[in-house]
Amino acid sequence: MGMTETFYDVMRRQGITRRSFLKYCALTASALGLGPEFVPQIAHAMETKPRTPVLWLHGLECTCCSESFIRSAHPLAKDVVLSMISLDYDDTLMAAAGHQAEAILEEVMTKYKGNYILAVEGNPPLNQDGMSCIIGGKPFLEQLKHVAKDAKAIISWGSCASFGCVQAARPNPTKATPVHEVIFDKPIIRVPGCPPIAEVMTGVITYMLTFDRIPPLDRMGRPLMFYSQRIHDKCYRRPHFDAGQFVETFDDESARKGYCLYKVGCKGPTTYNACSTIRWNEGVSFPIQAGHGCIGCSEDGFWDKGSWYARLTDIHQFGIEANADKIGGAVAAGVGGAIAVHAAVSALKRAQHKGE
Amino acid sequence: MSKHLTMEELDAQELKAAAKITAVRVYEAPLRIWHWVNAFAILTLCLSGYFIGSPLPTQPGEASANYLMGYIRFAHFAAAMVFTVGFIGRMYWAMVGNHHARQLFILPFWSGHWWAEVFRELRWYLFIEKEPKKYVGHNPLAQLAMFFFIVLGSLFMIATGMALYGEGLMQDHWIAKLFGWVIPLFGQSQDVHTWHHMGMWIFIVFTMIHIYVAVREDIMSRQSIVSTMISGVRTFKDDRLD
Repeated sequence: MGMTETFYDVMRRQGITRRSFLKYCALTASALGLGPEFVPQIAHAMETKPRTPVLWLHGLECTCCSESFIRSAHPLAKDVVLSMISLDYDDTLMAAAGHQAEAILEEVMTKYKGNYILAVEGNPPLNQDGMSCIIGGKPFLEQLKHVAKDAKAIISWGSCASFGCVQAARPNPTKATPVHEVIFDKPIIRVPGCPPIAEVMTGVITYMLTFDRIPPLDRMGRPLMFYSQRIHDKCYRRPHFDAGQFVETFDDESARKGYCLYKVGCKGPTTYNACSTIRWNEGVSFPIQAGHGCIGCSEDGFWDKGSWYARLTDIHQFGIEANADKIGGAVAAGVGGAIAVHAAVSALKRAQHKGE
Repeated sequence: MSKHLTMEELDAQELKAAAKITAVRVYEAPLRIWHWVNAFAILTLCLSGYFIGSPLPTQPGEASANYLMGYIRFAHFAAAMVFTVGFIGRMYWAMVGNHHARQLFILPFWSGHWWAEVFRELRWYLFIEKEPKKYVGHNPLAQLAMFFFIVLGSLFMIATGMALYGEGLMQDHWIAKLFGWVIPLFGQSQDVHTWHHMGMWIFIVFTMIHIYVAVREDIMSRQSIVSTMISGVRTFKDDRLD
């Protein structure tokens, strides 16, 4: 392939100076938690490796992942990453439309067979023969399977592709299904979040392109560098948690003092993400900093693990207002009552037979 | 019936009966120590666990001057370690101790006779049987309850609890490696919290029933119950065979 360009070629062609390029390499290294000795390694890879195209498919989704992605501030997505990763097909961002767009998809698939990365935003619905999501006249599931066939690896963007998210929340009428439950023969990297943090998204993609391998993953297939700790572990309000200082209601004195939001349902203690370190919008803030608990948007089935405003999860099998304490308390009270009655009957029986 | 006898005669009669009443050594010292250590560990775990799920009211003053939630969580984790090590020790004792030490772990599930006695014991609790049978170890109903609540219940609480504890240690720690698989099994961390919390209520309900039944049996059955877990000796109130 004589016409194959390197990443560096593409960047230069897009008017990026060598100085900016090296800055980008340094930023990327630190974003990925690598030491300074990796900067020349990244630069070298960028200069010599043919660029890897990324095909970005959209299933059932709300485009919040794309919205987040184009706002990446840290590895300079708008200047570098977007040109670098050559989003050859992304029906939201690309200029082409209709048959022209679908033609690009086929072209990349043939030219870079087994060598492109498939990024999936959203998920395929399986009910009604997949009719709840039609791309180019066909169910999304067909496009997904078709493009996944020759992909090197798949990135499941966001909670939709990773876990199912809102469209898969009970009762999941369209049977929206996460990517790893329909594609089994490709490595899948899950980058959950609703949406995922922009820097996390660009960081994952940059890692895969520069090192030509999948980042280390945890048990759930999430990149360890961003998902190895819970929000709670790095939360700046953690000292208030340990001290036992909690917001009891959203308008109390504790809320004004910025105490821990645990009692008003913060899901930080059970949510794996990097919000409390990387934060959002160029590191400006994140939900807890803004005074609202984490809703656990990067966790499996977070829509059904509510309430978002109570520590104990609702258990719907036992009625709308039930949780572990209410159910357990009711059972314990029932058993206590039964014991009392049983003890009374026992005493009566004993008294009856006393004289024998 | 014995109203016309004098005190001396009564004493003599009782002494004569006592000469025939037997006592059997059932629970050896390590088992009894485990029982009480385990009881206090469960008490600590339930109390601290409840206050982890529903924390106490907000503490006044600087965060640096308080550590209430930290102490409550420490108590929970420390008691959990005692509970776990105790359970491992109890399993070891089942192997090296006397045959009563094994009763907790092995159900004679395929024995029709055993099941018949389970139902006989149930009838005793439903006031249908006139009197219970004598058992040197656990009666079959108690054995069934112990197996499900204490053996399976403890294993469940240890697995879910260690998985949650391992989250804070991160995935390279051996506890996270050993128990981390539990979390995807239930879905996510929050689900494991909910199940673990339900487990606490199961232990509370077990404890209520256990204490009631132990006291009731001590009074109404034909053998000692409560003192047996203190002295290790089972005494019988009559000398009939079963």
